[in-house]
Amino acid sequence: MTDSTEKPTVLLVGYGMVGHRFLEALAENGAAARLRVVVLAEEPRAAYDRVQLTSYFSGRTPEDLLMGEAGFAERHGYEVHLGDPAVAVDRAARTVTARSGREFRYDTLVLATGSYPFVPPVEGRDAQGCFVYRTIEDLLAIEEYAKGARVGAVVGGGLLGLEAAGALKGLGLETHVVEFAPRLMPVQVDDGGGEALRRTIEEMGVVVHTGVGTKAVAVDASGAAAGMSFTDGSELAVDMVVFSAGVRPRDQLARDCGLEVGERGGIRVDENCRTVTDERVFAIGECALASDGRVYGLVAPGYEMAQAVADRLAGGERTFTGADLSTKLKLLGVDVASFGDAFAATEGALEVVYSDSRSGVYKKLVVTAEGALLGGILVGDADAYMSLRPLAGTGNPLPAPPEALVLPAGLGGPVSLGSSALPDDAVVCNCHNVTKGTVRAAVTEHSCTTVPEVKKCTKAGTGCGSCVKLLGTIVNEELEASGVAVDKGLCPCFAHTRAELYEIVRVAGVASHAQLLEGYGREEARNGEGCEVCKPTVGSIIASLAPELDASVHILDGEQAALQDTNDHFLANLQKNGSYSVVPRIPGGEITPEKLIVIGEVARDFGLYTKITGGQRIDLFGARVDQLPQIWARLVDAGFESGHAYGKSLRTVKSCVGSTWCRYGVQDSVRMAIQLELRYRGLRSPHKLKSAVSGCARECAEARGKDFGVIATAGGWNLYVGGNGGADPRHADLLAQDLDDEGLIRLIDRFLMFYIRTADRLERTSAWLERIEGGLDHVRKVVVEDSLGICDELEALMANHVDRYEDEWAATLADPERLRRFVSFVNAPEVPDPTVKFVPEREQVKPDLELLFSEQDLLRSLDPDNTPLLEVRS
Amino acid sequence: MMTAPTVAATATAAAPTARVELLIDGAWVPVCDLSHLTPGRGVAVLLPDGSQAAVFRDRHDRVYAIANRDPFTGAQVLSRGLLGTVGDRPYVASPLLKQRFDLTGGECLDDERVRIPVHTARVRP
Repeated sequence: MTDSTEKPTVLLVGYGMVGHRFLEALAENGAAARLRVVVLAEEPRAAYDRVQLTSYFSGRTPEDLLMGEAGFAERHGYEVHLGDPAVAVDRAARTVTARSGREFRYDTLVLATGSYPFVPPVEGRDAQGCFVYRTIEDLLAIEEYAKGARVGAVVGGGLLGLEAAGALKGLGLETHVVEFAPRLMPVQVDDGGGEALRRTIEEMGVVVHTGVGTKAVAVDASGAAAGMSFTDGSELAVDMVVFSAGVRPRDQLARDCGLEVGERGGIRVDENCRTVTDERVFAIGECALASDGRVYGLVAPGYEMAQAVADRLAGGERTFTGADLSTKLKLLGVDVASFGDAFAATEGALEVVYSDSRSGVYKKLVVTAEGALLGGILVGDADAYMSLRPLAGTGNPLPAPPEALVLPAGLGGPVSLGSSALPDDAVVCNCHNVTKGTVRAAVTEHSCTTVPEVKKCTKAGTGCGSCVKLLGTIVNEELEASGVAVDKGLCPCFAHTRAELYEIVRVAGVASHAQLLEGYGREEARNGEGCEVCKPTVGSIIASLAPELDASVHILDGEQAALQDTNDHFLANLQKNGSYSVVPRIPGGEITPEKLIVIGEVARDFGLYTKITGGQRIDLFGARVDQLPQIWARLVDAGFESGHAYGKSLRTVKSCVGSTWCRYGVQDSVRMAIQLELRYRGLRSPHKLKSAVSGCARECAEARGKDFGVIATAGGWNLYVGGNGGADPRHADLLAQDLDDEGLIRLIDRFLMFYIRTADRLERTSAWLERIEGGLDHVRKVVVEDSLGICDELEALMANHVDRYEDEWAATLADPERLRRFVSFVNAPEVPDPTVKFVPEREQVKPDLELLFSEQDLLRSLDPDNTPLLEVRS
Repeated sequence: MMTAPTVAATATAAAPTARVELLIDGAWVPVCDLSHLTPGRGVAVLLPDGSQAAVFRDRHDRVYAIANRDPFTGAQVLSRGLLGTVGDRPYVASPLLKQRFDLTGGECLDDERVRIPVHTARVRP
């Protein structure tokens, strides 16, 4: 059959992403209305997003991946023949024959046949269990076969290979990647970038083999793949192999009809994407060899070619002469970007490199001797890609020194690199928008020598306070630079660090702040009161060591009562209007309906605002100090105990629901979370401690964002340490793998006690790991290999803590002396504080802040010279 | 030891029945037994005019009284702060945002524009 109509016919062969873009462009520029457009597609479905193929395994359906909206072809009058690929072209007759036998006449032929996966010619490559990774059908076949497989290998460590590896990992297979080049993604990144990528990917449990070629796939008696052998003589037992070693232009149809192709494939086209052989034939996308002699395997250049041809068909002059290979991707969750002259091929090019193999970050900028940007590679953190790529190759000088641009923008960098690496215009305090330069000037020009002075001078650190530690580093570095001796003491009262005081308390057995100050304080501070820094710090040390010191384990006994910050003093969390919030412990986030009802009843009866916390428990806000004992009497009666939300101590151990209910779970994460929470509850430490247990590698409990996080494996538990959310997020590092219950708990015991012994005041495990000499490796040596011979002691300390634990609230309720502090006024205990009142909001309450400001404040707020303290309502 | 004896009375040798008193409008108003105060901490006191004071006892059994209101937040919480000394200057650190207030003169040590009211306190044996 030969079709003929009055409109000229454009025949598109191939309906992938580039073909679809071509159809879109024809519709956009109006040409579609003047043309008859016929599409021959090989696959049984319309164009889909091949770049996102792997997202099928994270729950997206093939339909989700479709490029065009429903009715796209009909609306523009396109005749699309799915599952009917072109098999022959007769250029003389200007006809194309489809597999169905139908023949289509064309005035213009556009070839967009894409590419095919390259499978290296190794023995056994056609065995059952060998796959390629290109289409949705490939994916469905891999998914089906993986059900009976345990180990999978991907041949090819480039972009698609890593995508495929992610897919196999997601299917629960032990996954290997085999790359012939000495590094991963050899086309996009250099050795340093490849190494950062490798480390991060290996941490996810993917085994990477680089610098080895695949020699053969071993086949078992049934004809299925059973193993692989490599060029270095090694072998690997596998159940399935995915070949993803690159693609080749699909130009057979063109060759068969006499169109010129390149030596290494690709239909040769000119700047208009017109084949050099036949002016009625165009080729676009991965099947074309562009006028600059390259075949582009990325989608963006393909789109540009599609648009050039569509423009030409509408009478335009658009051409395609080559494209930037810049690319930014997320592979297995790792950002990878490469742009401009990434490999410093330009003569005289210089490289500025930042590499942090621990966190898998690698950044390289290629610059001219004058400092203009030529290109770069970003692995692990590619946030700067959008702002840097436009600068590459423009010859303009960079807005900041290149070394400043590759350094991490957050606070993580300065901790490991020293704050001297931060540029002066880096914002240190986000709350008040204070730059490092301003902080430095406070030291150099305003003679501030301490953090409190700098805070007063610059306002930095007076908002949320999260930058105070960084301020300290900057101040110290600035003082050191100007030759001033830096005092590393805890506070104006002690010249010792927290870790040194811990040792003094432990060894000398000093169980009182007053004694410690008299015996070990600075000369000028002895006989004084101490301060708000050393008191809680010493209180915490004494609480941590209480069993060893034979001190009371209750933090409100004796002198200890006078050392606690207000939260610990009232065993509740102070809120902005002077009221407190109450958080009962809900171990592992597991709670019975009866207990939920009690919490609801208590909140209702005392008029408390309730909110679910990030740690899987319930916070009850708005309690007056005198209500705390009554509230806790009800809670303790119902079987609740203190949640220590007020303490620098263990907060919660979050968990996912685990193998008991979840179809993916491999261990009972809830059981383990409860066990850990009950073991470490009440443990006083330099800062709060958070934990989580995930029942499988999907990590729903977000354990790697915790101080100690546990992730279930088929063989037991992996322990991660030093994670953090908050202002300075950090993924926890793997400390040990496949531990049994006992081994896990023993290791956490040691880790926590070592942290408590050596950390600075208010130093979370993440900052501690970054700071201590030797970092994670040192900690691993101490707590796993017992290099210091202190593990027995650390374990004994924890055993003591566990033995002596008691619920602080139950013990407080039982003691009139401890209860005496919970009054509104010492001289009028029956009168509730009239300034602690609440107003309604969203069916609950919120603090009535107007009560907190006097008439005088209101008047002052009307004075334009004063910053208003409160908005005045009429 | 004390630098500003005019604004804060001091007393030592606390007898078991010793009482803490504040000078309000020219009269000594009893507040509580000294034994109700923990050295290094404070308590809140309701004054006859409805305002609030924070009364503290240091490790040497001296007592101090200032307004209970934290001027930075408006909350009546200074009684819940921790005592400290800079040199021989006693202060309380606000439990909310940690600004320090001199217990004898009411000056904020971290913001010279701010000063809070001070009361005269004594321990009566």
